[in-house]
Amino acid sequence: MGAPADEPKLYGRRAFLGVSAVGLSSLFWGKPVWDSVTGVLRPIRDALPPGLVPSGWRIYTVASSMPSFDPQTWRLRIDGLVEKPQTLTYHDLRKLPRAEQVSNFHCVTGWSVKNVHWAGVRFRDLLAAAKPGPDGTVLGFVSAEKPYFDTLTLQQAELHDAMLAYEMNGKPLAREHGAPARVVIPEMYGYKNVKWVERIVVLNQVQPGYWEERGYDVDAWVGRSNGY
Amino acid sequence: MATEPVLVRAGGTEPLYIRRFSRTERTLHWVHASAFMVLLGSGLVLYVPRLSEAVGRRPLVKDIHFDTGLAWMLAIALIVVLGDRRGLRRTLRELDSFDRDDRLWLRRIPRPQGRFNAGQKLNAALTASFALLFAVSGLLLWYGERDNRFRFASTILLHDGLMFISIAVVLGHLYLALIYPSTRHALRGMTTGSVRRDWAWQHHRKWIEGRQSSGE
Repeated sequence: MGAPADEPKLYGRRAFLGVSAVGLSSLFWGKPVWDSVTGVLRPIRDALPPGLVPSGWRIYTVASSMPSFDPQTWRLRIDGLVEKPQTLTYHDLRKLPRAEQVSNFHCVTGWSVKNVHWAGVRFRDLLAAAKPGPDGTVLGFVSAEKPYFDTLTLQQAELHDAMLAYEMNGKPLAREHGAPARVVIPEMYGYKNVKWVERIVVLNQVQPGYWEERGYDVDAWVGRSNGY
Repeated sequence: MATEPVLVRAGGTEPLYIRRFSRTERTLHWVHASAFMVLLGSGLVLYVPRLSEAVGRRPLVKDIHFDTGLAWMLAIALIVVLGDRRGLRRTLRELDSFDRDDRLWLRRIPRPQGRFNAGQKLNAALTASFALLFAVSGLLLWYGERDNRFRFASTILLHDGLMFISIAVVLGHLYLALIYPSTRHALRGMTTGSVRRDWAWQHHRKWIEGRQSSGE
């Protein structure tokens, strides 16, 4: 540099600008880099005792407390444009044909949880007894967490990997994940995966859900909606 | 090697205290520190599933987190506008500039330090850039919830990453300020404004020398 060795150097602003630049630019490279790092580290993470590493889940709720689940009193109502409205107990739900899958869960805010093992009921099996009528083309999911609500078209709900899940990673769904039953539709962002489902109402048109009234897209395809 | 100048307050043997931090500097520090703690506490409730479940009331906690963030930015701006701006500019220059002794100190070679040692200068730069990055990523998270144009997949990663690094840095800061015997006297400087002269002579000798030569 030519300056004498004892000339003061302005490292303060350099540190400030450097860290700020790295941080701001990470908005554009953070997630891909992080995903590849966590991919490489996955075997190590899996070898560690569970609970030591953050699971990656964040628990988003809209009410002041989470609904609690009592297997004795819990009921799932299926009504709306159906031939035979149904009221299922938890036991009834567990007796329906069981489906299992391993899928990734993506939140619209940018976090993801990979390889979640779900077990539950496909919507076709769930709705078989109720028999949706010819104009029943949309499913409305009413959460026990008021006023959370969202819809899927019947077509979306019948995707091969969409289900009403009651188990996660081999255990009954935990309270914070929507016990006892939640929607799982991996192709769509988390806000379509309604937790604490207590009623499925068959409708003839799509209605905006809780977050959709606040600006998110109704069709929440992962990677193809909400500005991504 | 220089020895400590003998300075005894007339009529007593109590140590002489000298002023290290102005009221503006202390206000800035404590406003930042308390906002950080509230933001950290509310942020952890939003982030850690077990805490989210135990506390509930997510919309309220979210409002507390966001409003504290806004209040923090506003308070910092007010302190800068209403406080001793000339003093702050001088402090900024001190923090910015690393002389030869600072650079050696960073390489763990003991050298006399000014009012801020080189580690404190780096901490200040890091804190300032983290404040900026926290504010930008936090506002993007807020607006991104409302408008696609502000939504980036990596925003939350940045906000969380800053949180993890900040916890480590703050724990180190608290250790030096509250526990480590030779440095914890510095806390007095940040609460009352002044520190023992003999302590300052040991830790910030060039600052004392500078004061003497400028006749302060």
